Amino acid sequence: MLIEAVDEGGLRRFRLTGHWTVEQAAALEPRLRDAAAAASGAVRLDPGGIESLDLTGAWLLRGFERRLARAGCRVEWTGARPEQLAFVDRAVAGAAAPVPESAAALDLLRRPLREIGRRAVGAREEILDALAFFGAVVIAAGRALTSVKRLRLPSVVRHVWDTGVTAVPIVALIAFLISVIVAYIGAQQLRKFGGEIFVVDLVTVAVLRELGVLLTAIIVAGRSGSAYAAELGVMKLNEEVDALRAIGMDPVEVLVLPRVLGLVIALPVLTVIADAMGLAGGALLSWYLVDIPFNQYLERMQGSIAEWTFWVGIIKAPVFAFLIAMVGTLRGMQVRSSSRELGRLTTVAVVQSIFLVILADAVFAVIFMELDI
Amino acid sequence: MDAVIEVRGLVNRFGAQVVHDGLDLEVRRGEVFGIVGGSGSGKSVLLRTMLGLQRPAAGSVRIEGQEVTRRPASALLAVKRRYGVMFQRGALFSSLTVLQNVELPIAEHYAIGEETLRELALLRIRMVGLPGDAAEKFPAQLSGGMTKRTALARALALDPALLFLDEPTSGLDPISSAAFDRLVLYLQEALALTVVMITHDLDTIFRVCNRVGVIVDGRMISGTLEEIVRSDHPWIREYFHGERSRAARGQAVHDG
Repeated sequence: MLIEAVDEGGLRRFRLTGHWTVEQAAALEPRLRDAAAAASGAVRLDPGGIESLDLTGAWLLRGFERRLARAGCRVEWTGARPEQLAFVDRAVAGAAAPVPESAAALDLLRRPLREIGRRAVGAREEILDALAFFGAVVIAAGRALTSVKRLRLPSVVRHVWDTGVTAVPIVALIAFLISVIVAYIGAQQLRKFGGEIFVVDLVTVAVLRELGVLLTAIIVAGRSGSAYAAELGVMKLNEEVDALRAIGMDPVEVLVLPRVLGLVIALPVLTVIADAMGLAGGALLSWYLVDIPFNQYLERMQGSIAEWTFWVGIIKAPVFAFLIAMVGTLRGMQVRSSSRELGRLTTVAVVQSIFLVILADAVFAVIFMELDI
Repeated sequence: MDAVIEVRGLVNRFGAQVVHDGLDLEVRRGEVFGIVGGSGSGKSVLLRTMLGLQRPAAGSVRIEGQEVTRRPASALLAVKRRYGVMFQRGALFSSLTVLQNVELPIAEHYAIGEETLRELALLRIRMVGLPGDAAEKFPAQLSGGMTKRTALARALALDPALLFLDEPTSGLDPISSAAFDRLVLYLQEALALTVVMITHDLDTIFRVCNRVGVIVDGRMISGTLEEIVRSDHPWIREYFHGERSRAARGQAVHDG
């Protein structure tokens, strides 16, 4: 029952019974509201039947008492006022400052303006941050050139292993499959003109110039860009980066540079593997679908490879690697304070590094066109 | 005085390493029970076992008469609502504000209106002595002492009868930890709590604990503070009769 009203000649008596606990809060709330709304004049509260009264119950009871008082009722207690209520009184009175309301709603005009301004300032800070980071890495790299100890070779080797060697199976498989798809579509279209043999040129040029390096970079951005951001982010949260600084080690030199170097070494090697697997896939499909025997494929392939074809692809690999590693480590170093931030920045690292890789590829395409190679 | 927690013949081992070897423990209603032990003696494992987070190799753990080991998580829910836990480093949810951290357990278990929920959480935040403007802060913005207080407020969110504290005063300065001890005692009396705390802080033991259990050699030696201090076990003697201890006891006598 919890609460029961009895009218005793001008006096309303509330008999309180049962368990006034957090379990009953949902049931108590509306009943107390209704009871308070219906009461007026003299009111007597009788807590004798309460079997258990916890903090939540005490808070609700005290709220009831106050609501009655605000409605102009004279509140009396049968027996003593439960001491838990006095505890709540003290806790509430002890509050040093009022709790601020959650961010006040701005009007329709000012809110978008403020958002635009906030983002503009944020963008400027991002660019400055990235520039400062780039500068720090260049300085660390300059120092590393003067001393082998600062190059942190064991660390570099570890990152070549983590980002390069362990990525070989997935990179090889995807390069193979993509070139099979390209060869298949090419063969279908070229057959209309009786030019099936040009499938070889198509696959060779596409894989060597674009697909090999681009696919590898995108896979590595997803694999290692995220790993870099997450690894450094956790180290930031764990105060490991601060600890390095306190010991007198430069986190850029110890953490960032080996990762950048590792990837700059690993990605070109992965690209060569992807190129080889791509050409193998093209050869397999040409033999299976267009009946080009293997030695004829090789001959035709050598004819279609110009002086620069292979180098146009491979030259991009270290640039892509640099972009991926820089974005990943920068985002990792930006993690502050919370695990949510870690997740957000890891996502940003992957999305941004893939975007930058594709943008750089477009820039390379324009440059190579101008150079006519 | 009935037993709120009853541990019988507890055995925990990891591989060849035996952590608990027939450990017995009894915590009575309304007392503050301190668990003491050297590093690696299995204090945290004992706590995790009592919370039902760790399955022991043998033995039983009863909380308010209910067995908590070897039962599915769903069956433990009713027990879990009866106790609150304050983890050593707070374990506050970093993506939620202080207020939301305290609201979360209440909102998860009970259908309470939004306004009431907020008020109930604020009451707990004030109760542990946090300033009102702390409510909208995120855990990363809190000092060590405020983190501890927030963790305590969250532990008390569901009005538990039993409160577990894991190193409640570690990392606090002596003045803050004395204030925290007073807060625990004050809440323990006002809310009629049973408190189980793991602590290394001798000051805390002498200030707040009624009874103490020491884990030595995988078993527990427990008794009132006086009994434990008089024990002639070498490790316990070393622990309670070292230099630090004499200073702490002198202080406690001085305070009382």
